[in-house]
Parts: sequence; structure tokens; C-alpha cells
Amino acid sequence: MLYNAKVRFDFIKHRNKFFMFSVILTLIGILSVSIFHMNFGVDFKAGTNMDILVGKKITQAEAKDILGQQGYSDITPTVGGTNGDRVSARFDDVLDQPKVKEIEDAFKAKYGDKVSSEVNVVSPDIAQELGLKAIYAVIIASVAIMLYVMIRFEWRMALAANIAILYDAFVVVTLFSIFRLQVDLPFIAAVLTTIGYSINDKIVIFDRIRENLRFAKTKNAEQIGDLVNQSLWQTMARNVYTVLAVLIIATCLFIFGSESIKLFALAKMIGLASGAYSSICIAAPLWMVMKSKQKTSTKQVAKKAV
Amino acid sequence: MNWKRLTAFLAVVVIMFGAIAWTSPALVKDIRLGLDLKGGFEVLYEASPLEGGEQVTPESLKETAKSLEQRIDSTGTTEPEITREGSNRIRVRLPGVTDETAIREMLKKPVNLTFRGPDGTIELQGNDFVQNGAKVEFDQLGNPLITIKLKDAKKFEDVTTKLTGKTLSIYLDDQLLSSPSVNYPITGGSAQISGNYTLDEANNLKNTINLGALPLKLTEVYTQSVGAKLGQKSLEDTVGAGIIGTIIVLLFLVILFRIPGLVAGITVISYTWLLVVVFELMNATLTLPGIAAFVLGVGMAVDANIIMYERIKEEIRSGKSLLSSLKAGSKNSFRTIMDANVTNIISCAVLYFIGNGAIRGFALTMIFSILVSIVTNIFLARLLIHLLIRSNLFTKPGYYGVKEAEIRAL
Repeated sequence: MLYNAKVRFDFIKHRNKFFMFSVILTLIGILSVSIFHMNFGVDFKAGTNMDILVGKKITQAEAKDILGQQGYSDITPTVGGTNGDRVSARFDDVLDQPKVKEIEDAFKAKYGDKVSSEVNVVSPDIAQELGLKAIYAVIIASVAIMLYVMIRFEWRMALAANIAILYDAFVVVTLFSIFRLQVDLPFIAAVLTTIGYSINDKIVIFDRIRENLRFAKTKNAEQIGDLVNQSLWQTMARNVYTVLAVLIIATCLFIFGSESIKLFALAKMIGLASGAYSSICIAAPLWMVMKSKQKTSTKQVAKKAV
Repeated sequence: MNWKRLTAFLAVVVIMFGAIAWTSPALVKDIRLGLDLKGGFEVLYEASPLEGGEQVTPESLKETAKSLEQRIDSTGTTEPEITREGSNRIRVRLPGVTDETAIREMLKKPVNLTFRGPDGTIELQGNDFVQNGAKVEFDQLGNPLITIKLKDAKKFEDVTTKLTGKTLSIYLDDQLLSSPSVNYPITGGSAQISGNYTLDEANNLKNTINLGALPLKLTEVYTQSVGAKLGQKSLEDTVGAGIIGTIIVLLFLVILFRIPGLVAGITVISYTWLLVVVFELMNATLTLPGIAAFVLGVGMAVDANIIMYERIKEEIRSGKSLLSSLKAGSKNSFRTIMDANVTNIISCAVLYFIGNGAIRGFALTMIFSILVSIVTNIFLARLLIHLLIRSNLFTKPGYYGVKEAEIRAL
């Protein structure tokens, strides 16, 4: 072993608590997604999304009033932006260009030429296709990563890492479902890069475990647990710092970035935080459990052979 | 103290920062902004035959895309992007367009193939031709010519009789493609168009005539339009956020890692610059998700540095000399960093092949940023830190963020 790190907290001893917490969170996620679904944006649900920068402070009532005059009284717009000068409205219908223009003109009539908008229109076919593609993307990416880790390390590490990264992806989905945050295409990018990025920490940890395995005694579960704890604490500083660096950037994007990128940044933040947790509290203990099973089963085989 | 190495270090840094300062203004000005940053619109069209039945052929889709391109060019729009997707879709991206309604109206119209007499009167139209009836053949001398078939032999005979000795010009929309002359009245409903065509020209004309005979109807299945002011604001906000984030991260690095942190700062700045250069060379378009990838890339570029420096710190703590700590630290961290980068590239590649439009831009930017970060944050960082350590100027462990008390005696 490279050196003895101070084991400030025994992650292995408390592993069942972490497993329990994550299983419960996953179950809540499954319930939330199957009962409340996701709050799909136009990219996945078809319809029209209008994001209007008014240039002056606007209240929700004023915005609703203008939409009502245009015949969309059932639409409830939201007001956002740093100065409360931005209106977002979602229409379930696929609005054509003239109708979109009428709405824009109505806002221009009241708030002047400063009005500038972003409009997304998605037809049902495309929406469905995007949703399917997103699911395929997650599956393909995780299989590819799993294969790579299997070749570079071993199958137990690959499996433990893969369970942890899929869990991270699902945590992002769960929180977005519970808090009714809108899911659009950038969300998929955030989830997929979460998978790609969260594997980094796991690799750093498993790399260290592998290095320490050469010198360590791994006769029983206790020794393996000790090895994992040592490896976790030896790599703790790096893992915390690396996540912190990206987390700082994602947080800045969330606070100061443009409106359309905020939710993407939030998804990244959740993914990063969950990734740091799952590397230490899920992936490494999972590997330890699997590795200990292997040791006991080979011991039994050996006994039988005698 | 080894002045030679210190000078080399300073020279590398000065030359690099000089290059960055020298080229940056031009680079920033030249960078191509996507429509979400400078306003404009994007439409995804689904093509289907105007008169049912027939399938959309790859040729007809290609011709339709070409005709869209010509129509857009005629409006003087700069930097249009027209791409075919799958078997029946065309994506059109027009940054900086203000007169959106008129252009979208114009693009939606099916292509209009006409054969016109010398005075401009329309004699024949696309639907006078047999679908997929035009073919390229060769005369005895091996020159390519186009054969066409008409639905109504009598009508064609009348037209050619009237125009014998004159030209029958072929127009797609309002663009003149070719002006063959009619030598004699043609009976039987089929004809040859010969001229000094190259094989490519003949093939193009054939495809155009076939498309004209079966024009495609374009339906908008996805549209995104962004007002110029909104785009500008997105650009300013997001770049601002990126700069703030980068500054915080750089400070964080210097505080944690001292001298190596400073080196990391230098490499992160060169990373940003090099990524812009790569963007410029690839003539890639910067989109809003692209900026996000760019900025997140800074965080990840820092990663490689942190992994290496933490490793070096560990080696120093284990009691090794500075130089051997550096060697062991770089060697042992290299594998880890590469593994981490490869898995990241895998997920971005999947994103690229599956995603569309803006997401592809994001994935591509991520891939570039990982590759560039390998260059700057592994190789450049190593070079710089080697030079610094070997200059023997910074020998105290404190310069590397290690407390004397933590070092284990060998």
C-alpha cells in the first residue's frame, strides 16, 4: 500500500445505510416517474414553447391577459429572468408561423420593439422519436462504458461502477420528476454527460484499489473492507476537488447563465453531487461485497476439493 | 538554482501568452455563432411526395435540398446550413435572418420545374413528365445525354412543332438550368437532350427533371426561432457565467496547489485558447449548449491537473524527493487520466450519433474539449512543471501544498 491514509470515516461499516438510502431514493423515483411522469417540454411532448424577453418588468397577470386577448386564455405563462422581464408559455398545440407572429406582435404592441423571443415548435412524431433516441443513448453509452471498464479492470468493478452511474442518471431523473422541472433535449445531454463524467471518480477509486491489491492481504471480508476504506481515503482529496471544480462551474452557469441553460446546469449539478456520493458510498462498497463473495466461494470450493 | 530551466519555463509562458493576446481579438471576432446566439431560425422539414404513392428517393431529397439552398442564396442570407437527415428529412438553419415569415413561406413551396419558350411563356411543367422517366444515356461518341419521357405525346409534339429552330429553356423555380434548342418536331413522347454536358451536369439535370415530375411536399416538423436580442443576451449571460466560474476555479487551484496550481492556471488559459483555435479551424458553429460544453470542459481540464498534483503530493508525503515524486506522480496518474477521458469520449460519441442539431454541437464540443485538454493539461502541464521543479527555485514542500509535518520519513 502506498501509504496509510487516515480513515476518518468507515464507509464500509456503514455501507448498508448507504445502500438503503439509495434503494429508497430509487423506489421514490420509480413511484414518482410512474405516477407523476416527467414534466416534458415541447421537445418530447409536441406543441409550442414561447420564451419572450419583454425588456421591461412584466407580471404574470399582464402576460396572461395578452395571451387571453389572442384567444389563449387557458395558457398560464410563467415569468422569470433576472429582472422579471421574461415570459415563458407552453402551448399543447403546434402553432404555425402566422399564429406565433400574432402573439409576438401583441407583446410588441404593448412593450415596444425591444421584445425578442425564442419559439420552439415540435410535431408529435418528432417528439416521440426524440424520447426513444434518448433512452437508446443512455443504454448504449452505459454498455459501452461497461465494456471499456471490463477490459481495463475486471467485471466486478465494471458492474459496480455501472450500477452506480445508472443510479446517478436516475437520481437526476427522480429529482426532475419530483420537483416538476421541465425536461427538454439539453436535459438528456446533461444526463448522458453525467454518466460519462461520474465514471471518472469510480475509475480513480478502482485504479487505486487495483494498485493496493498488489500488496494488500485480502483473505476475508474484513481485510477487503480495510483495503477499500484505505483506497477511498487516499483518493478522497482528488475526488472531492475534481467534483468541486466542475460543480463550481455548473453552479456559475446555473446562477449567471442564460435562462435556457439554467435547467441544464441544474441537472449537471445534481448529477455531479450524486456522482461523488455514489463513487464512495455505492460503487466501492458494492465491489467489496462482490469481492468478498468471491473469496468465500473459492474457499468453499477449496474445502470441497480437499 | 538552474537558470536555464527557469528561462525555458518563462520563455514558454511568455511566447504562449503573447500568441494568445495577439490572436484572441481576431479569433473572437471570427467565431461563427449559432442561431441561438445571434438570432435566426431552424426548421426540420419532412418530405413526402406531393401526389402520394411514390417513395421519397435519395436523389429527389438531394435535389430538394439543393433547390432550398438556391432559394435561400437568392435572399442573400449568409451562412445557411442545409443538411439532409435520414431518408426523408431536411434541416435548414438560418442564423441572423430577420424576415422569418417570408423566407419560411418561400421555402415551403414545392419545387417548380418549367420548360419555357424563348419569350418566357411556360410550355411544359414538371407534371407533364413521366415520374422517374428521365435517364442519362450516351451517344455513339460516348458523350452523355439525357432522355426524357412525357405523359402526353400529342402535347409535346405541338410544343416542339411550334418551337422548331428555337430554344426550350429548362427552369427550376426561376433559375435557368439549360437552354437546349429544338431541331425538329418530336413525336412519340420521348426525346433526347444533348449538349456539351459533362456526366455530372447530365446527372444533375436528370435528377432535377425527375424531381420536377414528382415534387416533394415539405412539412415543418420542428422549428426553433430565436430573436436577435434574446440570442445576444444568452451569449453575454453564458459567457459571463463561464468567465466567473473559470476565475473561481483558478483561484481555488492556486490556493490548494500553490505552484502547480499556477501552472494549472496557465494550462487552463491555453486550453481555452486552443479550443477556440480548433473551433476556428474546423469552422464549427458555436451554440449555446456548445458554450456550456466549453465551460464545463474547463472544469474537466482542471480535473486532469488535480489528479496529477494530488498524486504528486502523495508521493512527496511518502518521503520521496521532489523530482522522483514528480516522475512517479506523472507516471501513475497518466493511466487514470486517460481512462477517465476515454469513458467521457465514449458517452459524448454516443450523444453525437444519437442527438440532433444543438445536442450534436454540444457533443462535438465536448469531444474537442477533451482532446484539447489532453494536449494542454497533460503534456503542456507536465512540461511546465518539470521545468519549474528542475529549476530548483521552488524546493520547499509548502510550494506544493504539502505540510512538512505530513511527510513520512523513508
